[in-house]
Amino acid sequence: MIHSLFLINHSGDIFLEKHWKSVISRSVCDYFFEAKEKAVDPENVPPVLQTPHHYLITVYRGKLFFLSVIQTEVPPLFVIEFLHRVADTFQDYFGECSEGVIKDNVVTVYELLEEMLDNGFPLATESNVLKEMIRPPTILRSVVNTLTGGSNVGDMLPTGQLSNIPWRRAGVKYTNNEAYFDVIEEIDAILDKSGTTVFAEIQGAIEACVRLSGMPDLTLSFMNPRLLDDVSFHPCVRFKRWESERVLSFIPPDGNFTLMTYHVSSQNLVAIPVYVKQNISFFETGSCGRLEITIGPKQTMGKTVEGLMVTIHMPKAVLSVNLTATQGNYTYDLATKVLVWDIGKLNPQKLPNLRGSLSMPSGVPKPEENPSLNIDLKIQQLAISGVKVSRLDMYGEKYKPFKGVKYVTKAGKFQVRT
Amino acid sequence: MTTMQKLLQLPVNAVNIVKTVQSQVQGQEEDKSPVLTPDSGPQTWYSALQPDELRHLRSGGTGGGGGGGGDQEERAPLEDGGGGGGGTFQTQPLRHDDLKEMLDSNKDSLKLEAMKRIVAMIARGKNASDLFPAVVKNVACKNIEVKKLVYVYLVRYAEEQQDLALLSISTFQRGLKDPNQLIRASALRVLSSIRVTIIVPIMMLAIKEAASDMSPYVRKTAAHAIPKLYSLDPEQKDQLIEVIEKLLADKTTLVAGSVVMAFEEVCPERIDLIHKNYRKLCNLLIDVEEWGQVVIINMLTRYARTQFLNPNINESLLEEGGVGEKTFYGSDEDEDEDEDEKEKKAEAAALAKRKPYVMDPDHRLLLRNTKPLLQSRNAAVVMAVAQLYFHLAPKAEVGVIAKALVRLLRSHSEVQYVVLQNVATMTIKRRGMFEPYLKSFYIRSTDPTQIKVLKLEVLTNLANETNISTILREFQTYIKSMDKDFVAATIQAIGRCATNIGEVRDTCLNGLVQLLSNRDELVVAESVVVIKKLLQMQPEKHSDIIKHMAKLTDNIQVPMARASILWLIGEYCEHVPKIAPDVLRKMAKSFTNEEDIVKLQIINLAAKLYLTNSKQTKLLTQYVLNLAKYDQNYDIRDRARFIRQLIVPTEKSGALSKYAKKLFLALKPAPVLESPFKDRDHFQLGSLSHLLNAKAGGYQELPDWPEAAPDPSVRNVEVKESVPEWTKCSSREKRKEKKVEKPFYSDSEGESGPTESADSESDSASGSESASGSEESGSRSESEESEEASESEEEEEEEEEKKKKKQKEVKKTVQESESEQSSEEDRKHERKSKPRKSDTESESDEDEESESESSQSESEDSESEAEVKKKKKASEAKPPSKPVKKESKKEKKEMSLLDLDDFEPSPSPQVTPVNTFLSNSLVTDLEGLSLSDSVLAPATIAPSSALKSYELLHRITGEGLSVEYCFSRQPFSPDANMVAVQMQVTNNATTDTKNLHIEDVKLQSGMRVKEFPEIELLAAGETATAVMGIDFCDSTQAANFQLCTHARKFFVSIQPPVGELMRPVFLTENEFKKEQGQLMGMNEITEKLTLDAKCRNEHAIVQRVTTAANLSRVPCGSDKECRFAGRTVTSSSLVLVTVATKEEGAAQLTVNCEKMVIGTMLVKDILLALTQ
Repeated sequence: MIHSLFLINHSGDIFLEKHWKSVISRSVCDYFFEAKEKAVDPENVPPVLQTPHHYLITVYRGKLFFLSVIQTEVPPLFVIEFLHRVADTFQDYFGECSEGVIKDNVVTVYELLEEMLDNGFPLATESNVLKEMIRPPTILRSVVNTLTGGSNVGDMLPTGQLSNIPWRRAGVKYTNNEAYFDVIEEIDAILDKSGTTVFAEIQGAIEACVRLSGMPDLTLSFMNPRLLDDVSFHPCVRFKRWESERVLSFIPPDGNFTLMTYHVSSQNLVAIPVYVKQNISFFETGSCGRLEITIGPKQTMGKTVEGLMVTIHMPKAVLSVNLTATQGNYTYDLATKVLVWDIGKLNPQKLPNLRGSLSMPSGVPKPEENPSLNIDLKIQQLAISGVKVSRLDMYGEKYKPFKGVKYVTKAGKFQVRT
Repeated sequence: MTTMQKLLQLPVNAVNIVKTVQSQVQGQEEDKSPVLTPDSGPQTWYSALQPDELRHLRSGGTGGGGGGGGDQEERAPLEDGGGGGGGTFQTQPLRHDDLKEMLDSNKDSLKLEAMKRIVAMIARGKNASDLFPAVVKNVACKNIEVKKLVYVYLVRYAEEQQDLALLSISTFQRGLKDPNQLIRASALRVLSSIRVTIIVPIMMLAIKEAASDMSPYVRKTAAHAIPKLYSLDPEQKDQLIEVIEKLLADKTTLVAGSVVMAFEEVCPERIDLIHKNYRKLCNLLIDVEEWGQVVIINMLTRYARTQFLNPNINESLLEEGGVGEKTFYGSDEDEDEDEDEKEKKAEAAALAKRKPYVMDPDHRLLLRNTKPLLQSRNAAVVMAVAQLYFHLAPKAEVGVIAKALVRLLRSHSEVQYVVLQNVATMTIKRRGMFEPYLKSFYIRSTDPTQIKVLKLEVLTNLANETNISTILREFQTYIKSMDKDFVAATIQAIGRCATNIGEVRDTCLNGLVQLLSNRDELVVAESVVVIKKLLQMQPEKHSDIIKHMAKLTDNIQVPMARASILWLIGEYCEHVPKIAPDVLRKMAKSFTNEEDIVKLQIINLAAKLYLTNSKQTKLLTQYVLNLAKYDQNYDIRDRARFIRQLIVPTEKSGALSKYAKKLFLALKPAPVLESPFKDRDHFQLGSLSHLLNAKAGGYQELPDWPEAAPDPSVRNVEVKESVPEWTKCSSREKRKEKKVEKPFYSDSEGESGPTESADSESDSASGSESASGSEESGSRSESEESEEASESEEEEEEEEEKKKKKQKEVKKTVQESESEQSSEEDRKHERKSKPRKSDTESESDEDEESESESSQSESEDSESEAEVKKKKKASEAKPPSKPVKKESKKEKKEMSLLDLDDFEPSPSPQVTPVNTFLSNSLVTDLEGLSLSDSVLAPATIAPSSALKSYELLHRITGEGLSVEYCFSRQPFSPDANMVAVQMQVTNNATTDTKNLHIEDVKLQSGMRVKEFPEIELLAAGETATAVMGIDFCDSTQAANFQLCTHARKFFVSIQPPVGELMRPVFLTENEFKKEQGQLMGMNEITEKLTLDAKCRNEHAIVQRVTTAANLSRVPCGSDKECRFAGRTVTSSSLVLVTVATKEEGAAQLTVNCEKMVIGTMLVKDILLALTQ
C-alpha cells in the first residue's frame, strides 16, 4: 500500500520523509516537481502520477503537498482519503497544518505517522484513539514533561481499539457535561448575468462538540427529516435507525467531530439570500473598463446577512482599479489580479455599492469575458433549508447534559456569472 | 574486505552492548585500524552517501583518527564500531558524541531528548545510521516513549545494519510472551518490520503464535505482519497462506480488514479460501473499520464475479433496444460490430429464456449489506461500493450509487478528480444514471482546469436530445472563459455533441463557425479542427463554411488549424472550385515559412488540385513540389518525391499513376469523435489502473461472469465446525456483551435472508448480533443448547419452591400454550426466536420483543421451552418428526383460541409479542380467578428471567475474566436490609483463575457490603455464580470495590437502579388507600404520560412496572387503575405507585413515598418504562 510519505512545501523543499517499508530515495519526487513545474498552479498538479517504478499520489493541503509513493495497485481514493486524514489529524493536534508547525512538532508527527500506518496499511486513524496513544501537545504538558521527564506517549492500549465503538475513548469525565451541535448550511449556486439561478443546492453539515462523561447514547431527531435528501454519516451513527425512523442515534466520539453531512433535495427551490446587480464592461478604445456592483437582500427570512464579501478574479489585462465603495473597503492584488470587496453587514436600507473604473495598458485588446463574482456571506441563526433539530435525548447516563443547537447559513461555492 | 570488516565488527559491537571487559576490545581495535584506513576506498557501507559527503569523510577521517585516539581511553571501542558503520559520524563527531553520551546516561529524560533529536534527523532525511549501536542498547528501556522512538529508529536502519539489529531480537521475543496484549502486539509489529532475512523463521513462528492469540488486537497485528514477511521472503508463501486461512475464519471485525488485506497481497488468486468466509465477511462488513471495508469490498467484487451469474443476462433483450438507440446517434459506429453484438445478445437472450435468471441469495446478500456504506463519510468506501454496484448489480439497481458519487464532488479536489474519472467511465455505459444530476457537473470558474475538463467530459457523455439545449447554453458560457485550455476542451466537447446528436449538428456548426472570428487564436484553431471533423460528415451542404474557412488562412497562424483548412479545401475542392486554386497560390508563396504539417498539407492540396483542375494549377503544383524537394525536412522531401511520381505521368511511372485520382480523392470515412473513457470499464472502477488507463503492478483483473454458476454450496458453513478455542469463547462472550451494548447498524427488522443457510446467518446477525453473530448457526452446537437449558434449570432451582408449587396448575397450561406458541412462532419468525433462544434468561428490556414478554412465564417455562426448542431443532434436522409438531400445534390452536376469546378482548395486532403476551395474560388472569392473596403475591414478584444483567467486568479488561451481575430480587438472607446482587463469573481465559474474592470496598457512609465467599478455583471456560449483599442505604450511590484473583485486581463498581432498592410488600386495596392518604403533599409526585402503543392494557402495564421496580401488585376493583406497593430495603419506607389509564393511551402516574428523592427517581424510571 503506501510505501513512503514526503511532505513538500510550497517552494518545493522536502522537509519530512517517512518510510513504512524499505527506504525510497527522495529523488522519486523529481517526477512530481516536473509535473508541478508544468502545472503552474499547485491545484492543477495531477493527483496521480506514474513514474517508471512507482506511482505518486499527492494531495495539496494548506500550501503543503503530501506526496505518497505507491508501488502496486491500490484504490487511489484510499490513499487520497488517508492523506487528508493525516492532514486533518495534524490540524486536530496542532491547531493548523503548516510547515512551521510540523517542523516544530516533528517527533509527535513521526509518532503519529508510525501509529497511523503499519506497513503502509492504515492502523489507527480515529482521533480519539490516537489521542490516547499520543497526547496532543499543550503548553502545560510540555512544561510538565520537561520538569518530570514524562512522555507524550500513552502506555495503555486505547480501549477504543478493541471495542465496537473505536471512535470513543473510555472513561471520559467532565464536570460540565455539554453537547453542542452546529447546523451549518452552505448554498452552492451559480447565477447567470440576469440574476436567474442556473443551479443551486444546499449542502449541510452538523458539526458536533460533545463533552459528555461516560458512555452516553444520544438520539437527535429533526422536525422535518424529509428535507434531507442525501446523507453521509460519521461511523458512529446507526444507519438502520435512520432508515426506519429518520433519527440519528449514536454514541458520540469525545470532542469535535462532523456528525453528518447532508444534501437538501434539489426539488425544493433554494432561497437565494442576496441579489447582485452588476455591470462590468470594458471599452474597445481608451483601454479602460467600468465596474459597478450593488448587492441587496433577497430571501433572508428576516435575518441579517453578515460577512458579505465579493471576490473577483480580474482578467490579466487589468492593471489597476480605481473604485469607490459606499460600504466596506476593497483591495486589489496586483500580482494575482484578485479584487476583494469586504462589505460586512448588509444594510437593507442603504445598499452597498462599488463603482469605478478599471485601467488597462493601452494596446491590449479588451478581455473577452467578464470575470465572475464569488460571493461569501453568513447568516446567523438560520438554516436556509428549514431543517430544524427537534430534540436531543440522552440515554445510558444519569446526569443532565447541557444541550445547544446553533444554525448558520453560509455561501458555499456561490458564483455570479457576468 | 567488507566481509572481513563485518567479522571484525560484530564482536566489537556485541561487546559494546554487553559492556564486557575492554582489554579484549582494545586488542581488536588495534587490529582493525589498518583495515579502516580512510584511503581504502569506498566500501559498500558508503553507497548511500553523497559524493561530497564522501569527500568529507575522507578528509575528516584522517583528522578524526587523531581525535579518536584522544578519546580512545574513554570510549574508543564504541566510536570505532560506529565509525565502521556510518560516515556522518566522523563528519560531525562532536554532535553525535553528545547524542551518544545522552543515550548512555541513566536519565530517561536525556535519553528521550537524544532520541527525539535522532528521530528529527531521520525525518529530515539525514543519515543517522552511525548511532545504531548506541540506540539499539535502549531497546529495553523502561520509558515507553524512548522505547517507541527506538523502535522507529530500528525499523528505519535495521535493514542497513542487519548484524547489529539481531541484538535487539531477543527483546522482542520476550515481548511476544508478555501478558499485556499491547506489548505483545507492538513487539510483533516491530519484529516483523525489521527487514532482516535471517530472522524469517523467528518471524514465521511469531506470526503463527500471534494468529492464535487470545487478543484480537494481537491477531490483527499478526495479519499485518503477513505481507511484511511475504515481501521479505516469498518462499514462505505456503505457510503464510495457512495462517491467512486461519485468520480468515476469525469472527472479529478488528481482524477482518487486515486479514483480507494480507490475502490480497499474498494470495489473491486463492479465491477458494473465501468461500467459507463469504457470508461472514458480508455480515461483518458494516462494523469493520473504514479502511478494511475498502479492501474487503474490492476483494468481494472480484469474488462475486467468479461465483455468480451476470444479473443483467435477462435484460439483454431490452438492451438491444438500447443498442438501436445508440446507432441512431452514433451513426458512425461500425455496422459489423453491431451485428456481432446483436447476435451475441440474441444468443444470450435465448439462453436467458431457456433458463430464467434467479439471483443467487449470496449475491443479493452482498448487494444488500454494502448498500448502507454508500452513506459513509469516507470517499474511498463510497467509491468501493459504487464500483461494486456498477460491476455486480442488476441494471435497475445501479442507480443508487449516483447520488453518493455526486456527493463526493463536494470533497477535496483530489477526490473530485478521481470520482469524476470514474463517473466519466460510468456515464458511457449507464448514461441515465447521472442524468438527474446534470447540473451538479456544471463548471465554476474557480475549479482547477483538470476538474473542469473532466466535468466537461461527463457533461458531453450525458448529452442527449432532451438536454442538449441546456448543455449547449452552458457550453457557451464556458467558451468565454479565461482559461484557454478549458475553452479548447469545450470546443471539442461541442464537436462531440454535434456528432452524437444529429438534431443539433447544424446549430453546433454555426456556433463553431462564429468562433472562427474569435480573437484568440487557440480558440479559432481548435474550432477549425473540430469543424473539419464535422464537415467531413456532410460536406456538400456546407460549401459556404468551407469558403469562409478558406478566407481564414490569411489570419490564422496556428499550424494545426492551417493544416486542417488546407486539407478541407483539398478534400472538397469540387465544392469550392474557384477558391481552391487561389488558396494554393497564396500558400505557394508562403511555403518556405510554414510549419511542417502545413507544408505537408500544401503538397496534398497541390496534388489534389492537380488531379482535378490541372489546367489552372499545373505550374503551381510544380513550383510547390520543387520547393519541397529542397526542404530541410526529409519527410517533406520524401512526400514531394512520392507525389510527383504519382501524379505527373512520365514514361517511367508505374501503373499506380493511373489510379492517382482514386488514391487521393477516395471517400474518407468521417472521423469518430469518441470519449477517451470509452472501454475503460474493463478495468475495475476505482482502481489505480482504471485511473491511469494502464495496468498497474499487482492489479487483479476483474474476471468475466461465468457461463454457469459454480456450486453455491461451497459457501455453506458446516454446522459442526471445529472452532478454535478462542473464537468460541470470544463469540460467546460477545453475545453476552451485546446485551448490554447494542451493536451498531444491527437491523432488528432485517429482511429474512434468502436461502436457508444464508437465512440463518443473516438472521442471527440481524438479531442484534451483526458483529459476532454470523457463526451462530454454524457453531452453536447441541451442547451449548443443552447448556443453556441446564442453566435455566439451575435458575429454576433458585426460585422459591413455594411459588413453584402454588403455580403448578397454572404452569401446566402455560407450558402448553407456550410450547405451542413457540413452535408456531418459530415457524413464522424463525429468525427472531433464534437470538432470543440464546438470551432467554438475560435478554434485557431494551429489546422490544422481550419487553412485552412476560418474564414470569418465561422463567416458569424455561425448562419446557428449552425442551420444545430442542425438539424443534431435531425436527428441523429430521423431517420425519414433523407430525409431532403438527399435533402439538393443533392442540395449541384450541387452547389459544380459547385464551384469545376468553381473556383477550382486543388481541394485539403485533404478531411477535403474541406469544409472550398471551401467556402472560393467561397467568395473570388465572391469578385473578383465584383472587387469594397468597397467589397474588408471588405472581407479582419480579421474574428472574427478565432480570436485566449488567456488566461488571468486561472480558477484555478482565483479561479473560468476565463478570456480570443482576439484582436477583431475592431477599438477602444474612441481612434483610441488603439488596442481593447475583454475579455470574465466567473465566474465558485459557488458564485457571484462583482465589476470586472482594477486597478494598469503598463506600459512601452508611453503606455496607456482605461479600460473597471466595471462589477458590474457576477453571478455564467455567462459569460460577455468587451472591453478595449490598446495603445501599436507599441511595443510588455506587458501591466500589476490587475484584481480586490470585494474579490481578480489578476495580469495579455496582450502581443500582432505583427500582432495585425496594422489596415488594402486599397490601389490600383499603390498606393501600389509607397509606396513600397519609403520603400526600410533598410526598406525592404525579406525572401525566402517554402510554406506549404496545402497553395500553393492564397486563403490559403491570409487567413493565414490575420490571422497572421491585414492587408487588395491589388488587384493585377498577380496571382503569393499577396499583403497586413496596418498601425500601434499608429504611422500609413505603413506596406506592398508581397508574391510572384514560382514553387513548393517556395515563397518570402517581408515586407516593416518604423519601422524595427515591420517589422522583422512581417516577422517572417508570415513566421511561411505560412510554417506550
